[in-house]
Amino acid sequence: MFAALIVMTGIAIALGAALGYAAFHFKVEGNPIAEQIDAILPQTQCAQCGYPGCKPYAEAVASSEAEINLCTPGGDDGARKLAELLGREFKPRGVTVEKPKTVALIDEQTCIGCTLCIQACPVDAIVGSAKQMHTVVSRICTGCELCLPPCPVDCIALVEEPRTPQNWRWKYPVTGLKVVA
Amino acid sequence: MIQRLFRFRGGIEPAPHKRESSAAPIRPAPLPPKLVVPLIQSSRGAARTIVTVGDKVLKGQCIGEPEGAGGTAIHAPTSGAVTEIGRYPMAHPSGLASLAIVLESDGEERWITPEPLDPAHASREELLLRIQASGIVGMGGAVFPSHIKIGKDAAIETLVINGAECEPWITCDDRLMRERAADILAGAKILCLLNGARRILIGIEDNKPEAIAAMTAAARESHGGGEAGVDVEIVPIPARYPAGGEKQLIRVLTGIEVPAGKIAGDFGVQCFNVGTAHAVCRALAHGEAMISRIVTVTGNVERPGNYEVLLGTPISSLLALCGVRPGTDRTLMGGPMMGFTLPSLDAPITKGSNCIIAASPALFPPPPPEQACIRCGTCAHACPIGLQPFELYWASRAKRFDDANRYHIFDCIECGCCAYVCPAHIPLVDYFRFAKSEIRARDEEQKAASQARARFESRLARLEREKAEKAARLAAKAAETRASLAAGDAALIAAAVQRTQAQSPDDATTPPDPI
Repeated sequence: MFAALIVMTGIAIALGAALGYAAFHFKVEGNPIAEQIDAILPQTQCAQCGYPGCKPYAEAVASSEAEINLCTPGGDDGARKLAELLGREFKPRGVTVEKPKTVALIDEQTCIGCTLCIQACPVDAIVGSAKQMHTVVSRICTGCELCLPPCPVDCIALVEEPRTPQNWRWKYPVTGLKVVA
Repeated sequence: MIQRLFRFRGGIEPAPHKRESSAAPIRPAPLPPKLVVPLIQSSRGAARTIVTVGDKVLKGQCIGEPEGAGGTAIHAPTSGAVTEIGRYPMAHPSGLASLAIVLESDGEERWITPEPLDPAHASREELLLRIQASGIVGMGGAVFPSHIKIGKDAAIETLVINGAECEPWITCDDRLMRERAADILAGAKILCLLNGARRILIGIEDNKPEAIAAMTAAARESHGGGEAGVDVEIVPIPARYPAGGEKQLIRVLTGIEVPAGKIAGDFGVQCFNVGTAHAVCRALAHGEAMISRIVTVTGNVERPGNYEVLLGTPISSLLALCGVRPGTDRTLMGGPMMGFTLPSLDAPITKGSNCIIAASPALFPPPPPEQACIRCGTCAHACPIGLQPFELYWASRAKRFDDANRYHIFDCIECGCCAYVCPAHIPLVDYFRFAKSEIRARDEEQKAASQARARFESRLARLEREKAEKAARLAAKAAETRASLAAGDAALIAAAVQRTQAQSPDDATTPPDPI
């Protein structure tokens, strides 16, 4: 009996030491769940969820602070993916219409060079300096609309990306209905 | 020499319909009054215009410089004036417009002075530059820039020249081989100089005996010229669609099966279309840039045949030349297997347009209604790549794109064999094209998202850093003021003490009466 106690205690100590070692040396940096959530989010950094960006929202979802259906650009599709990842119940947002991808466009005639939009842009997609015309690098712009409210002269508009033969997509094949009678 | 041939898996044998257009020799298409030359003529990049509206240009003059390493130049197909640089509908299934240079011809067809380049006395770099500057791209349909393909530093043993032309109805390569065999061979030899190949295999489907005879005669003649080192063989191959696919032709001729994700160059083989070889010869030996191509016009027309067409010629004028018969309901570009219905006949002929087919319900009956897939596996037997089209179909139809990727949808060459044999008449290729473009778009989105994430994080880091720097600056400033104040205080106190001491010491020790 004594021997059994010693053996069990020994095993417990050894395993405890191993776990302690692993917890210290193989510690995962950051929150892996938050990273996975962040990978699903559309990265528009639009802050429409109420958090200052996609990463903060991902962290809030990971710590169960936030609902999974707050992301507007991600839509129901994104919420469904999050539900699947986290094993939570899917709640529809009610937004089913997919908005086409837009980019901000500054009317350079009207721009007064106040730099307010530059400070608002979460991805640094606007270039310009004080009292100089600003312009949007459309390749980088995520269409988050955060530059719209600060503009004092309302010279920023969101425009749809033009369709070119390069970014055009084939349609889902539709077959005609068969007339039977 | 009798060469052992190999078989590629799958494939079909559709009715060839070559006789309609192969009988008549190549005729030059008349010069249209207005030519629309698109800036994008290769799969890897556009050209940058170097002319402005109002400029007078000569035939063969460069009007668009290659942009980036993958770009190829474009040239004025005729002499005349640039009247517009604007967006015009393209020969593309979407019918969307893209940037093009509009040229009004002056009818004089005045050539720019050609500058031939002798391949024997030019360096490899010079030749590659000339190929790029002459705007040469793969004429088989993929329009891949030739200078990139031939410029790869791979040890090439065999140069395969693709004269198979397996797709029904098309005969432009057939006529080219019959009429311009010597130029094709000369071009092939230049390509050999560039990639170091020791032998040339010219694969031609056995339903083109005249082309085989012409090429054999040309090979015998040029061999008599005493050129050593390069061994030319004309190999008739069994007619079986898609024997003209690059990997399929290489398989048939050399037995090498190029695996997924690899290119033929990794196995010492390179493959060029006969049209490309011909264009290389024209560009180097004659100094003529690529400004025209042979186009087959066939189908429901009065006078089917092959035409030498200037790039930028509207398709409608080409059709008018051949007399479209009544009953034509749509026009195809490319063959019936891999081609697409043209949304607009105003679109111009480009470097990749090999065939225009006027289609009528009599020639191309509308497909019977689609039925449910029962997984009979007929498509898998026909697939030349060895894919499982029915699995791809299920995945694409249900928009399960990860599954489609798992079944290697991007190895599909869209040859259409599966849809041709499908007993349920499912337009399989349409589904695959849909899935491919969705997957591509999704990948683009992913890329954009990760870029946005990186930029957002670096912005946050920058703001943090700026905040810390500002705090540090303020702290330093505060310490400085405090120090200077402290120093100033000490001096003031000392001065005051001195002043008081200079006055009477009694006054200093006894404070004045508060009242």
